[in-house]
Amino acid sequence: MSHNPDYQKDIESIRQMMERSVKFLSLSGLSGILSGVYALSGAALAYSILYNPKTPFDYANQSVKEITLIVQLLFIAIIVLVASLLTGYLLASKKAKKLGAKVWDPTSKRLLVNIAIPLISGGAFIMILLATGQFFIAVPACLIFYGLALINASPNLFDEFRYLGYTEIVLGLISAALPGYGLLFWSIGFGVLHVIYGALMFKKYDR
Amino acid sequence: MRNPFDNLDKVMEHRVRLQIISVLVANDSYDFNALKDLLEVTDGNLATHLKALEREKYISISKSFIERKPNTRYKVTERGRTAFKKHLDALEELIKQQRK
Repeated sequence: MSHNPDYQKDIESIRQMMERSVKFLSLSGLSGILSGVYALSGAALAYSILYNPKTPFDYANQSVKEITLIVQLLFIAIIVLVASLLTGYLLASKKAKKLGAKVWDPTSKRLLVNIAIPLISGGAFIMILLATGQFFIAVPACLIFYGLALINASPNLFDEFRYLGYTEIVLGLISAALPGYGLLFWSIGFGVLHVIYGALMFKKYDR
Repeated sequence: MRNPFDNLDKVMEHRVRLQIISVLVANDSYDFNALKDLLEVTDGNLATHLKALEREKYISISKSFIERKPNTRYKVTERGRTAFKKHLDALEELIKQQRK
């Protein structure tokens, strides 16, 4: 009887091919940490706009109602989003090169579609909320839709993303029950959680 | 005692063919160029193995044009999926026996 020690290797190559063809492995943990840092900086800036009136004699407690304020906050949020996406893309292409893979392959295309559907629906929903003056629900909606997007995309990502998605949804629901603490929950959801999960992923997959 | 070697699929004993089937089982469909990048094989090599799998009716092919460029997509057939499972079971069995 011929003895073939290659069966183990066959199984390994099956597993590797299945994983590599489904999961987008080039995503870097570092981009998670950095996007968390961007979000925290954005939140700090938002805080300074909201709670530090320019004239020291002006004690008027600004609440998020003026249209210029909304535009300013929206502008910060969009800059944080664009910077995070850009960082994610740059670090992923660097890691892909190291892994000998391509950033733009069927897996990353599918990932993008899966993440874009809940994210764009959520984005449109939040724009409508802001346009109709329902500001309290905007932050919980951000967190919940982001969590749903992560869960929807998690088959094409590392398993940890699903748990990050669940955490974001729970945080969004708590934030909906506690109006007035929007900025705090936004900072936890997009800042602190990204730093924590990014660091975990970096330790686990980038070493 | 039955011999697990008999359950190994002759077509899938080649590593590249086994890898092609693995990718197709895990995904709805996959196109030629993406397969080539993933498996790191040459055009000719990949085409030969795809033909062998097609001859066994393990995979099906659909040709279309995307932005005027020809695009060939492959799917695993039910027959291919069953053969893959059987081959996997046989591999598992053989590894178990080797460990004894």
